[in-house]
Amino acid sequence: MGKMRGAIVVDEERCKGCNLCSIACPLNIVKLSMTVNHKGYNFAEQTDWEKCTGCTSCAIVCPDGCITVYRTKED
Amino acid sequence: MELQDIIKPENKVYGKPSLMNETPMHYCPGCSHGLVHKLVAEIIEEMGMEEDTIAICPVGCAVFAYRYVDVDWIEASHGRAPACASSVKRLWPKKLVFTYQGDGDMACIGTAEAIHAMNRGENIAMIFINNAIYGMTGGQMAPTTLMGMKTATCPYGRQADLHGYPLHITDIAATLEGTCYVTRQAVNTVPNIRKAKKAIRQAFENSLKGKGCSLVEIVSTCASGWKKTPQQANEWMEENMFPYYPLGDLKNTVE
Amino acid sequence: MDEKKNDYVLLKGNEAIAKAAIRYGYDGFFGYPITPQSEVLETLAVDKPWETTGMVVLQAESELASINMLYGAGCTGKLAFTSSSSPGIALMQEGISYMAACELPGVIVSVGRGGPGLGTIQPGQADYNQAVYGGGNGDYNLIVLAPNSVQEMCDCMGKAKELTFKWRVPVVVLSDGVIGQMMEKVLLPEYTPRRTDEEIHQQCPWATNGIGLKNRHYNVHSSLEFDPLVMEERNHKMTEKYARIEAEEVDYEYYMADDAEWLIVAYGISSRVGMKAVDILRKKGINAGMFRPKTLWPFPNRVLFDTASKYKGILCVEQSEGQLVKDVRIAVEGQTYVSHYGRSGGMIASPVEVYHAFKKMMEESVNSKKGYWIK
Repeated sequence: MGKMRGAIVVDEERCKGCNLCSIACPLNIVKLSMTVNHKGYNFAEQTDWEKCTGCTSCAIVCPDGCITVYRTKED
Repeated sequence: MELQDIIKPENKVYGKPSLMNETPMHYCPGCSHGLVHKLVAEIIEEMGMEEDTIAICPVGCAVFAYRYVDVDWIEASHGRAPACASSVKRLWPKKLVFTYQGDGDMACIGTAEAIHAMNRGENIAMIFINNAIYGMTGGQMAPTTLMGMKTATCPYGRQADLHGYPLHITDIAATLEGTCYVTRQAVNTVPNIRKAKKAIRQAFENSLKGKGCSLVEIVSTCASGWKKTPQQANEWMEENMFPYYPLGDLKNTVE
Repeated sequence: MDEKKNDYVLLKGNEAIAKAAIRYGYDGFFGYPITPQSEVLETLAVDKPWETTGMVVLQAESELASINMLYGAGCTGKLAFTSSSSPGIALMQEGISYMAACELPGVIVSVGRGGPGLGTIQPGQADYNQAVYGGGNGDYNLIVLAPNSVQEMCDCMGKAKELTFKWRVPVVVLSDGVIGQMMEKVLLPEYTPRRTDEEIHQQCPWATNGIGLKNRHYNVHSSLEFDPLVMEERNHKMTEKYARIEAEEVDYEYYMADDAEWLIVAYGISSRVGMKAVDILRKKGINAGMFRPKTLWPFPNRVLFDTASKYKGILCVEQSEGQLVKDVRIAVEGQTYVSHYGRSGGMIASPVEVYHAFKKMMEESVNSKKGYWIK
């Protein structure tokens, strides 16, 4: 059986850096960036995409709908 | 497997609902309002009700709700959303009509309109964001502010002799014959968000099917008003708000 | 009561309002009982229009709720009305301002009683300022119609329907407890069907009812605007619209005024008293006539200004301590002497009283300068 592989895309300009995604991620692989967007927020980014299973937790808790999640099964 | 093998349109499993537009929301980082807006957009989209929804927003932080979800919106005056929704639903009985109100709007200035709309059994869904504070005006005491809780207008903590007691409007709603579904939810964790979504969906379906009035309270955070980080606000809510405003269904006559 | 179309019936003014609304195809009524207008809702409740035309009738929990129900109805492009009396209309002022700000259709029937405060339940015309100048916040105007008979109460519901959609301005039918309560012969209009959803969509593309959403931007009705420049622009547009209404919709009538040297100005029930007073004055050999504004906003400023110099003096007769008289003085701009005779608190002037007041005005006008504030 193939392993679930996931990845996220963050709308960096929409993100307000509330960090709720980071807390929700069960694998602890979503963090706030060191750089800031135009509004001055540290935005969310995935630190270790190879571990992501595409569980969608980070995106579900995102109040601003900034995270899109992709998931596929590894052959 | 490379990143580009995963990030393909056919692999998309979750994203911002298409009814939620690109306008950046004015809410503070981590605000529960955004989450509830997202759920509302998702549900209307899933129900295919875009052309049959009339949404009514309040005065308070959600005053600009109409900027973010692509359905027809009415911005009601402070507290009067339930009255406005009552006439709209009676004039358009096949439409999904819902109100979106905060604690100041529904449980203080608009108590009469809220209770009477519920008691008449208006076939509307009412979403009630309870964060125990006035957010928009800068963190003043709300009718639902907890005992001892500090706000700009009770800086030494809410005390009964000065400020009276928190109003349990949702509990009152459950006693009214006109309500068919009264529930209290939260959006602090993934399981709670899923439950809240299910509750709002049921309320919307009740409106469409003409089952009576539904009230979905969302116990929410106000990180700015509470002067906490979004994470601390969630923790504070779990510790302090949930014991006072316990989650779960208070009434469901539709099941 | 089941009238055949176009037959004459004997009705109270308040009953005529209700029956006219059903026949003109109103979609809804939202109101709260208050003397002396309760017959509006009572008549609707008896006639059950929801079973015939489909008109919605709802007794609200307060006037605050009524006006916000009207606001909701107007937002979605429906034709609705509310009715109330002085203190109830006072409660509605916030909602009226919101309706004006969102440029919504809606009809507000105001059956005035004596004030201020709870006042009396007897008739009054002390709500001229309330209707014309409003108690709501901001720069706005309402179209104000002033019927003076039960027939005109009925007709005003049709005129209000036309004007409120034509201009997207709330319309007030300013009546009083006399016209609301007295019975007169009325010719009711023929039935006009209520508009279908599709007709509403065609005629009101601005309405927030969801129809056709997939092929248009979503609609919003909100009076909130944080950008002062944008808010000012909204106000400018409304002001331009108000100027067009002032140019097109002024309505008035004269009584025995062709050769008049002296004038009574009165509206509503006072104009009925005024006509009798003119008859008495004519019998006594005084060349008096009457001018009656039928729209209080837009006010017939122009015609009063243009003709003021024809008259040696003007007496404003109203059931208040002096509200209409101020608008008349503004219109006349000091060209002739303007005085006031009013009873208030529920009292109604008799034609004989007005005759004596008129004689007094005639004496005063000779001795006074034609000054603005000179009594």
